[in-house]
Amino acid sequence: MANKLIVTAAPHITSPDSTQKIMQRVCIALVPTLIASVFIFGINSLILTAVTVAACVFFEWAYCKLMGREIPVADFSAVVTGMLLAFNLPATLPWWMAIVGAFIAIVIVKQLFGGLGYNFANPAIVARIALAVGFASRMANYPKPANGIDALASATPLAVSGQLGAGQYVTLLLGNHGGVLGETCAITILLGGIYLIVTKVISPMIPVTYLATVAVLSLLAGKDPIVQLLSGGLMLGAFFMATDYVTSPTTDKGKLIFGIGLGVITCAIRFLGTMNEGVSFAILLMNLLVPYIDVLTRQDKLGIAKAKKEKEAAAK
Amino acid sequence: MSKFLKRSAQGAGVPHEKRTSSLETVVMPLPSKIVLSMAQHIGAPAAPTVAKGDQVYVGTVVGKAGGFVSSDIHSGVSGVVDGITTITAPNGAVQTAVVIIPDGEQKVDPSIAPPVVTDLKSFQDAVRASGLVGLGGAGFPAAVKLAPKNLDEIDTLLINGAECEPYITSDNRCLLEDTHFILSGIKAVMKYLEIPKCVIGIEGNKPKAIAKMKDAIDVPGVEVKTLECRYPQGAEKVLIENCTGREVPFPGLPSDVGVIVMNVTSVAFVGKYLETGMPLVTKRLTVDGDIVKEPKNVEVVIGTPVQELLDFCGGLTDEPGKVLYGGPMMGNCLADLSQPVLKNNNAVLAFSKKWAHLPKETNCIHCGRCTNACPLGLSAKEIVQAYHDGNVDLLKELNADLCMSCGTCSFVCPAKRPLAPSIAQAKIMMKNGGKK
Repeated sequence: MANKLIVTAAPHITSPDSTQKIMQRVCIALVPTLIASVFIFGINSLILTAVTVAACVFFEWAYCKLMGREIPVADFSAVVTGMLLAFNLPATLPWWMAIVGAFIAIVIVKQLFGGLGYNFANPAIVARIALAVGFASRMANYPKPANGIDALASATPLAVSGQLGAGQYVTLLLGNHGGVLGETCAITILLGGIYLIVTKVISPMIPVTYLATVAVLSLLAGKDPIVQLLSGGLMLGAFFMATDYVTSPTTDKGKLIFGIGLGVITCAIRFLGTMNEGVSFAILLMNLLVPYIDVLTRQDKLGIAKAKKEKEAAAK
Repeated sequence: MSKFLKRSAQGAGVPHEKRTSSLETVVMPLPSKIVLSMAQHIGAPAAPTVAKGDQVYVGTVVGKAGGFVSSDIHSGVSGVVDGITTITAPNGAVQTAVVIIPDGEQKVDPSIAPPVVTDLKSFQDAVRASGLVGLGGAGFPAAVKLAPKNLDEIDTLLINGAECEPYITSDNRCLLEDTHFILSGIKAVMKYLEIPKCVIGIEGNKPKAIAKMKDAIDVPGVEVKTLECRYPQGAEKVLIENCTGREVPFPGLPSDVGVIVMNVTSVAFVGKYLETGMPLVTKRLTVDGDIVKEPKNVEVVIGTPVQELLDFCGGLTDEPGKVLYGGPMMGNCLADLSQPVLKNNNAVLAFSKKWAHLPKETNCIHCGRCTNACPLGLSAKEIVQAYHDGNVDLLKELNADLCMSCGTCSFVCPAKRPLAPSIAQAKIMMKNGGKK
């Protein structure tokens, strides 16, 4: 008996947090926005979300089964992708298009590159962009709010922002306007974002620098910063899409640069380009820079810089 | 905030599990034998000075220091040497050991007398003769530490009472029970090394120890600093940065920034030794773990077999999975329970198989927790990747050799990846120039 002891290298304990728990928290954080979208766009949003989640989980399972890989469905990452994808679609989108989106997100962007942790860009963002390019009219067919309070007709506020007055802030906060199903209600997105920050799933660095950059550039460009912050996919993008671990930098310094870059690209597209919305492309473009940002923004290691300086001084 | 954007160095919020903190130290009766390893310290092993059949007493030298960075080994019992044998340490090293069967009389060696200390030299000699090694865990010979090359540049003596490892409370008990020895030890070190200032760093989860220590201080220049409970607060470089704001250069020593760090138990031993002249032959240990029937703080003769120590604590309630020397973050696994207690042990923890079970490793999700938690600002995930790629140049650029194996990265990893052990392998690969 005495020689049956387990011998492993230290440490012998691990934190109770796991990938699965982190992903579950992201799902929880998305729930208020899902509920809001049901109020705003009707039961269709819930059904569409269920379709994309089921499709994402199925594709993940099927692909790994086919490839003889371990089935990672229990880690909930496919559920998060499914929810975020649905949040980027108009509630009226035909289901089959949503399923195509799920295929792009899970199989093409995530699994073909090696699965969780190896995707080069945010799967839901790429799927949104692919669908927006492939099914342009259906993707831009933003439904009117189903509850009859038709504040802004069917166009996204960014397309008609000329008509907006300060009185419309409340509408933007509550999300009672046209748009994709998960990006209109700023209050619930903020609520979910704060939950993620409090539970330490995300660091506030990316959302704060992203939103601050957009606000400052809006002011400089003579636009209403509050309208710019609250409309389009900015809030959802800042709190849920840009903070995706795999496709965002790890250090505070890196996150700062990432957030500012996102803000600059978003504003450039919004103010200078022909498209109304720049969040998806901003995130995709910055995703691609992450490996470089990571290498250039490593932390200062304790005692290293000092030793180097002393060495140089001694050499002189 | 001074470190903002430089290095997050968040550390880890490890569980405390300090349920033995209010348990007064009990003295364990003599074991049936003691096994004294000749390598209980960093540096050259000691050479046995006794042979089978020799009579030894409490405090008799049984192993002579094998060099400058080495330490004498003394017997903690009176009795007869049973033989010179070898034992296999947890790291796989085979070490010479002296086995002594106690006669129960505990006759003290006639040479034991309080040392005559008048100046720095005699103080350093006394510490050398005491067999003291760093009792915080590293086991670095204290006499070497107290003889820095740049003695006149040392302005701060830092006493490490952080005790940031879960479960262990022996330093806490030392602070509470040996307060006066800690102070007399501090005074001696400050006096003979002419150090004007002393900071005693204690984690905030030991309020009684902090209060008692603050209350006891009766000389100027000595202060208690309450530290945040963040593992690894007690790691030497982390402690120095948090107590003095100084960064120990790498490669370098604390003395390079004018600091000498001693563990509370080490400095308390210095105080006690100057009074009694009894070398380091006993040790206070926390015995705990989910299958230990009666967790205790125990004063035990060094060399006591772990099995007998566990028996003294009521035995085990279940088949053991892991038994550790030290805490769960940095402790070493024992291969079997016949292993003896060593000088630098501060705990023996026994856990069930269920407790020892580690969750399955999954894909890295690049959450960056390892990077942001590392107290030294290293990027564990990049180091491990470079190790798997066999990229020694990148390992050098990432300063993998700075890693002190505190285990924080492994602890915080949500994908449960064994980062710290991989970095330890990476360090070996760096030394070997690329061979795994």
